[in-house]
Amino acid sequence: MTGFLAIHSSAIVATTLPDAVVFAVAALIILAGAVGVIVERNPVHSALGLVIALFGVALIFLLLKDDFLAAVQIIVYAGAIVVLFLFVIMFLGVDKREVIVRESLRGQRPLALALVLLAAVGILLLGAGAHYALGASSATGAATSQPGGEVAALGRSVFTTYLLPFEATAALFIIAILGAVVLTKGRGAPSEKRGEDGSAGDEPDDVSMSDGPGSSEDLEIGAGEQEGENGSGGEVGGVSTSVVRAPSATSQEVEE
Amino acid sequence: MTVSLQWYIGLSVVLFGMGALGLLIRRNVLVMYMCIELMLNAANIAFVAFAEKLNDIGGQAAVFFVLVVAAAEVVVGLGIVVAIFRRRPDATVDDLHMMKG
Repeated sequence: MTGFLAIHSSAIVATTLPDAVVFAVAALIILAGAVGVIVERNPVHSALGLVIALFGVALIFLLLKDDFLAAVQIIVYAGAIVVLFLFVIMFLGVDKREVIVRESLRGQRPLALALVLLAAVGILLLGAGAHYALGASSATGAATSQPGGEVAALGRSVFTTYLLPFEATAALFIIAILGAVVLTKGRGAPSEKRGEDGSAGDEPDDVSMSDGPGSSEDLEIGAGEQEGENGSGGEVGGVSTSVVRAPSATSQEVEE
Repeated sequence: MTVSLQWYIGLSVVLFGMGALGLLIRRNVLVMYMCIELMLNAANIAFVAFAEKLNDIGGQAAVFFVLVVAAAEVVVGLGIVVAIFRRRPDATVDDLHMMKG
């Protein structure tokens, strides 16, 4: 009996030790990356620290037998989000070093450090000392043991239990796309106007060009009145003739 | 899951604390966004650890949605950052007080 227990415990140790080593390495990677994000003055170096931390999180997911989420973590975060960060940093040219000496709120940094340390240590002590209940395990067993594996279980869950949040996610993405388009389009208008003014100023005969639109408007109004005087000859025909007449008149005036 | 749950939660708490610390002490908008990403990842670690402990796929689904929200947030946030930084190239968050009364 004792021999069986000894063999069993040694087997547990044998399976635990690599996991513990992997966990320690992943935790070191994550914490090193997070320290890099916080400490580095250059935003590009901060983004690289973020990549390191995200790879460590993917390692933790792998350790938790969550292969799909590890792959998604690397693809979405390191492949899309950090690239977006780096693109914005390079695009804006804000990779100059941050002036960290100036504090707008006096004593903010020591206070932030103290509060964060207090909260984290408090939560850790609570987790270590308190007795808490986690709730019941799922009756269906581990996700990896279900038919189709973890990906199928995740898909089944997302498309049945979490269908409404999934649909809300679609709406969220559409709103985000619209927001990004509006935010980047709003600045384009002033520069375009500036470009048009610049091109008009470059023209040698700007006086005749400025005369053109006003005279054509007068001609169009006159044509419309004439059509109105002629009676109900069809609005579509009147509009089309006025549109056709106006450019010819302006071209004649410009030639004169 | 041979590493006990407490270690994962401890790592998650420490990572979340570091993200919150960076968010509070840094003045660069982009670095602050990165710190928000760190905090979201800390929450993801806790989600997956609890999901593995309880054999519940809901934790993984929550991580999935957190990823989606993080992507949307980064898109809109970086759009706002680009819109602000185009106008004033050397702005930190202390200079962004347009909405101050």
